[in-house]
Amino acid sequence: MASGVKPRVKVPKTAAAGETITIKTLISHKMESGQRKDSDGNPIPRSIINRFTTEFNGENVVDVALEPAISTNPYFQFDAVVPEAGEFKFTWYDDDGSVYEETKSIKIG
Amino acid sequence: MNRPQTLTRAIAFAAAACVAAGANAEPDTDQLVVNEEIEMITEAAAPAHTENLSTVYSGWRFRADETQALQMDDFENPAMIFVEAAAEVWSTADGTKGNSCASCHEDVESLRGVRAVYPKWNEAAGEVRTLEMQINDCRENQMGADKWKYTGGDMTNMTALISSVSRGMPVNVAIDGPAQSMWEQGKELYYTRTGQLELSCANCHEDSYGMMIRADHLSQGQINGFPTYRLKNTKLNSVHARFKGCVRDTRAETFKPGSADFVALELYVASRGNGLSVEGPSVRN
Repeated sequence: MASGVKPRVKVPKTAAAGETITIKTLISHKMESGQRKDSDGNPIPRSIINRFTTEFNGENVVDVALEPAISTNPYFQFDAVVPEAGEFKFTWYDDDGSVYEETKSIKIG
Repeated sequence: MNRPQTLTRAIAFAAAACVAAGANAEPDTDQLVVNEEIEMITEAAAPAHTENLSTVYSGWRFRADETQALQMDDFENPAMIFVEAAAEVWSTADGTKGNSCASCHEDVESLRGVRAVYPKWNEAAGEVRTLEMQINDCRENQMGADKWKYTGGDMTNMTALISSVSRGMPVNVAIDGPAQSMWEQGKELYYTRTGQLELSCANCHEDSYGMMIRADHLSQGQINGFPTYRLKNTKLNSVHARFKGCVRDTRAETFKPGSADFVALELYVASRGNGLSVEGPSVRN
């Protein structure tokens, strides 16, 4: 696991049925591109988050492929329709095989 | 036959160019409210000791709307990643005495107001101290830990954490009494031209604020928003690191971060922003 990785998610606690809500996500990660060299001239191995997904009650909401050009601490913001109460599950996949997860439940009201 | 028309067009064009230039010469009129809660003062009557300005503006007012928006919500403010990292360090014991910051200060909220009055005269030590100097004094004497590098990541993260609990409070740095000679020294530096380009701080930040410096909109160089997350290097930047960058850009040998010269300059520059809100950690270019 890369050091200092911490996922953060902001989802409203409640929404009206069928309402479109805005979701914000941020994960601290150095996103080493693999194209830089250290002070001795040796390439620094690539270490990035390569995939980010969100599911709502098991149904896919977004599925993003990330490439080395994406900046440090990747931030995603997107809209989602909430048909019913349930749980958002956010997953980030690291090059080194680590998987970071975060869940947020939302109520109808 | 076409001539009058062309001339009219030329005049219209010139007028439009003037308007554009006029817009560049001023800070914008946006209001800064962080988390829909903390109302920031980004414009204030200049303190009496800032003779050559009538109004002081936070650097936030000179930034593009997109950059401004990043600072208006803690979730979107990338600096908050570093504040969270410092919050962990806050309660982690370090050094030979087994103390953490929390051992003495408990919650960081207990330091609300601290950022607003630093740099500050320390009677026991007989010197003007910056927040960084005070933190290292705590580490050395209260914790028995190694000092942090003056502009290092740990240090800047911690100043960001301490600053974050004072956000919205007006900067109120004391410049009289025992601090006065240091302040005079800082003022002297502010108006001294350095480097091959022979520029003083005042040439850009007092005479020319609002104008473009290459692709960037020159601010008044206020430090109420420090430490600052800069989009150009995606990390927190401390006041002295910024000073060093500015002096270097005049093509001069710079003073050392943490040196008496920069402490004096920080005291003077901070005092020019008395009345503006503490914004740190802010987001800038």
